[in-house]
Amino acid sequence: MGGPVIAAIGESYSRGRSVVAERPLTVVVGIAGLLLLFDLGSGMATGRYSVSRIGRFVWDGLMYGLIIGLAGIGLSLTYGILQFANFAHGDYITSGAFMGWGVTYVIAGLSSANVGHLLLVAPQGNISGGLLEIGVTSTPLAVLVGLVVAGLATILLVLLLDRIVYRPMRDAGGIPLLIASIGVAFALRYVVVLVYSTRTRGTTLRPPGTAINLVDGPLLIDAHDVTLLVATVALMIGVHLLLQRTKLGKAMRAMSDNRDLALVTGIPTERVIRWTWIIGGGLSGMAGYLMVLWTGTIDYQFGWLLLLLIFAAVILGGIGSVYGSIFGGLVIGIAMRLSLVWLPTGDFDLVAAFGIMILALLVKPQGLFAGRTTA
Amino acid sequence: MSETVPREDEATAESERAGDDADAVLRIEDLHKNFGGITAVDGATFGVERGSMTGLIGPNGAGKSTVFNLVTGIHDPDSGSVWFQDEEITGLRPYEVANRGLVRTFQIARELANLTVMENLMLPAKAQSGEALWRSVLPGFRRQVVEEERELRERVWETLEFFEIQHLADEKASNLSGGQRKLLELSRALMLDPTMLLLDEPFAGVNPTLEKKLLEHVQQLNDEGRTFLIVEHDMDLIMNNCEHIIVMHQGQVLTEGTPADIKANEEVIEAYLGSPWPISNDTCRSISPPWSSWNDWENCSESCWP
Amino acid sequence: MSARTDLRESARDLLAADAAKIAAVMLGIYVTYLLVGLILGYSANGMINTLQRLTFLVAIYAMVVLALNLHWGYTGLFNIGVAGFMAVGLYTMAMLAKPVEPTGGAQYPGLGLPVPIAILGGVLAAALVGFVVALPALRLRADYFAIVTIAFAEIVRLLYTASPFQEFTIFGYTMGTGGGRGILFNFQDPVVTIYRLPIFEGPVTFVNQYVEFGPADAQGVIYVGLLVVVLAGYYLLLKRTGESPFGRVLKAIREDEEATNALGKNTNAFKIKSFMLGCALMGLVGILWQFRRAGITPDAFRPHVTFYIWIALIIGGAGSNTGSILGAGIFTAGLFEGPQYLRRIIQSQISVGQPPGTFADAVGPMFALNFQPITSYLFNNMLTLQFVFMGVVLVWLMQNRPDGLLGYRTETAAAVPLGKRSDEVSETVHRADEPSETVSGTDGTSETASREDEVSDQ
Repeated sequence: MGGPVIAAIGESYSRGRSVVAERPLTVVVGIAGLLLLFDLGSGMATGRYSVSRIGRFVWDGLMYGLIIGLAGIGLSLTYGILQFANFAHGDYITSGAFMGWGVTYVIAGLSSANVGHLLLVAPQGNISGGLLEIGVTSTPLAVLVGLVVAGLATILLVLLLDRIVYRPMRDAGGIPLLIASIGVAFALRYVVVLVYSTRTRGTTLRPPGTAINLVDGPLLIDAHDVTLLVATVALMIGVHLLLQRTKLGKAMRAMSDNRDLALVTGIPTERVIRWTWIIGGGLSGMAGYLMVLWTGTIDYQFGWLLLLLIFAAVILGGIGSVYGSIFGGLVIGIAMRLSLVWLPTGDFDLVAAFGIMILALLVKPQGLFAGRTTA
Repeated sequence: MSETVPREDEATAESERAGDDADAVLRIEDLHKNFGGITAVDGATFGVERGSMTGLIGPNGAGKSTVFNLVTGIHDPDSGSVWFQDEEITGLRPYEVANRGLVRTFQIARELANLTVMENLMLPAKAQSGEALWRSVLPGFRRQVVEEERELRERVWETLEFFEIQHLADEKASNLSGGQRKLLELSRALMLDPTMLLLDEPFAGVNPTLEKKLLEHVQQLNDEGRTFLIVEHDMDLIMNNCEHIIVMHQGQVLTEGTPADIKANEEVIEAYLGSPWPISNDTCRSISPPWSSWNDWENCSESCWP
Repeated sequence: MSARTDLRESARDLLAADAAKIAAVMLGIYVTYLLVGLILGYSANGMINTLQRLTFLVAIYAMVVLALNLHWGYTGLFNIGVAGFMAVGLYTMAMLAKPVEPTGGAQYPGLGLPVPIAILGGVLAAALVGFVVALPALRLRADYFAIVTIAFAEIVRLLYTASPFQEFTIFGYTMGTGGGRGILFNFQDPVVTIYRLPIFEGPVTFVNQYVEFGPADAQGVIYVGLLVVVLAGYYLLLKRTGESPFGRVLKAIREDEEATNALGKNTNAFKIKSFMLGCALMGLVGILWQFRRAGITPDAFRPHVTFYIWIALIIGGAGSNTGSILGAGIFTAGLFEGPQYLRRIIQSQISVGQPPGTFADAVGPMFALNFQPITSYLFNNMLTLQFVFMGVVLVWLMQNRPDGLLGYRTETAAAVPLGKRSDEVSETVHRADEPSETVSGTDGTSETASREDEVSDQ
């Protein structure tokens, strides 16, 4: 009786030992993470850290993480199915946001300025989103239509770019596609500059919110926070249903697993790829729109700057995995904000996020949701 | 080759002895390897006699290629040990194994596609002082590197001549045919002057004439005293050319012995018949899919699909 | 008849020679720019300045592309964080060289080391940082490696921007990066020291008789001359690296790392060495690129820089040192500087009118078939258009010329010529025409099949 038990204990012991020996980095990272969490908990319990401040970090991080996760789904899908890291994804986000916000401006401000000016999200300083009193409570229709247009317009853009750039290179392999996508990113970003100018503009009027009391101070949550939360979660659930319940989702999963096999087994790969772009493009455009709604500013390179964080989320979660992307986004977003608890200034939050990504790649290059691609 | 009538007890006795064969140049003991819950090698133990030409056979998924990978350091075994020339080489990196004189070829030829045949062959030679960057670059030392390269070029030519592929010397490896690639791999492995060669399906996809040629070369090298361990699906080829055969099944050594022993062994026949996919990988790849929809693709033996 | 073919063949041989190719391309570039100068009515001084700036940029890009070629072209290390390594080189150099007690408004102190030692320090720092990045990233796939390197480059930039490092004290030494405001290079410029060498006195006076040539211009020319010498050094170093057993292992790693390892090569060691060498060379380029300026901000090392370098590499064709220099020349003259000169030429010839303020104002009149506003708008935004164009060029290259604008070049990975056997020249000649009929075909399968029969029939 005792024999097998001892053998099992021995086995698990030696397995544990081999984890320490073979993956020392994993252990170190794990311990460091636990120590930080412990410090956070004890700090809040003893009053060393302000609970409301940390609450705000977590809430902000959650918002950030939702955007990153939502935008990351598209990147993750194309990465999994087309097998390349699309560096133009960030600029899809920017383009979508500009196109959507142009429509929002038109609807909200048609009486106060000419259409061309509004469609370009007011490139000259005489009108602004604040002046037009744009917000989800003040101009709900403009925001809703803008969000939808952001998604649709980005889909068209992305399909066009696929047709021109990526489709002729379908069999070129991941690296040439990656390099080409850097070219697309650059060209697209400066087309945005050409059309919309480099000016950073304010897009919204801060909507009313409520204060939630958190032990030692209030946490302010406004209507845009709630909109972001509701919209991203709804979109994520939608994608989940799409991928789980439809034949398309099944085909995408099969292609993500083994593209050659999918080809010989009669999956209409081109159609699957088109749908991948449609889902990914739509989500990135809407994520961009929502991000601008939430931050209240827009400029030509915010998507590009977001891209590395999205990569971080996608890699952390495991390429091709939708849940991984959402989970990764939340981890990156919250960790980035929470890092402000320990870091002296706000200069290091991006450094912390990129650092987490590099660590994730080193510790678990296949991602946390490995093996559950596109699920 | 051998005409002796097989006797079952003799075969078993031989298999028991093989594990601690004193004359074994390569010995593996109780190797285990799991891949994400799938057991690829489950306690394999065997020895390869010095100077022999030994065949390693078994149905698909028996763990032959995994054994190769474990021996040559591509993967680390979960447990068990590998001994080469009375030295434990378990867990060594592939380059360390190769430099000890145990060199392998790959199932699908791994030619360095954008290098020429000559560059391919010059690469593996041992003790190239020019592999130290500073020697290759600094003026005084480079002369010696150039001198070495000249000698190495001669050696490469001799090897190319041995395999009768001099006319391909300048060709980019990617321009070679499948059979030529196999030749290139073998000749390249030889540049390491190995004591023992592990050949993973060296004859797969090679046309009959070239196969004969390749076989002659292998036999000649074997006569020179180099040990060969060959994984091959062509039964006739193994039976006619190997003096000793090891049969693997489900990650373990099922039996071993002379070709005659193996032919008569009922367990072996059963193992082959009972296997879910008793055809070679190449066949599996080349045939049209037997499954009706892509939902069924998992039915194909796992080893078929990389 | 045959004499003419001979002539043509020898001319082709000459053009095929790498040095001749570089010379021809550079000559073409210079002639074009001299013509541009003529059209724009530049003075002799202006011409020299134009060519000097052009040569400076070509040399800088050629050097860094050569270094990147070592990473990507030779070893297959997909480094898209080049700007980061350049920044490390330059910042380390500046922080080491700045005076301990800066005077006036020259912000933060440094270690006050002599400039040559500081340069060495910068190069070593870049190599060391390369080691730190490469060591853990070695086992990653190429695309992950790329993401790690670009994230690293951004981390470097953000750290140099971060205010806590504006000025800090470590081991009792106070120094600083200057944060977002950047770093001032308030140390002795060694070019000035070189310029004051007696041997330059004569030539400078001589030249000054003909063209107005202040000391700053002369120093500029000397510096560019120096850069060309360093470039030659880079080229020689990397050529030797490529044509050696070391380079052979690198190329083998690029093709198939696992197979190379199984052939007895410690691939990780080679990858680290290659990466560190490339990073050191990038660090030096970072220094040479910027240090004659008054100072630098971290913004100079945005990912754009890496993007330019990659375009130049791909134009020239990865894997070839000669291609790297050609690519740098074509990129600088055609894509980087070209559009600006084009704009100046157009501006000097025709009036494009007052550009409209916004894209809408430019597009609107198009519906009334008035194309003047859109033209002047685009013209006014030439710089932006140039970036768009660069992106398009990169895509076009990846689609149509992945081996480079001038086609694939093979550079032998050995210290001696291969393929010909010294003592069997006649036989080799005989052999040489044998495969030529089979190789020339583009259809790989049929040609190789026929050759395989040759093998077996022998």
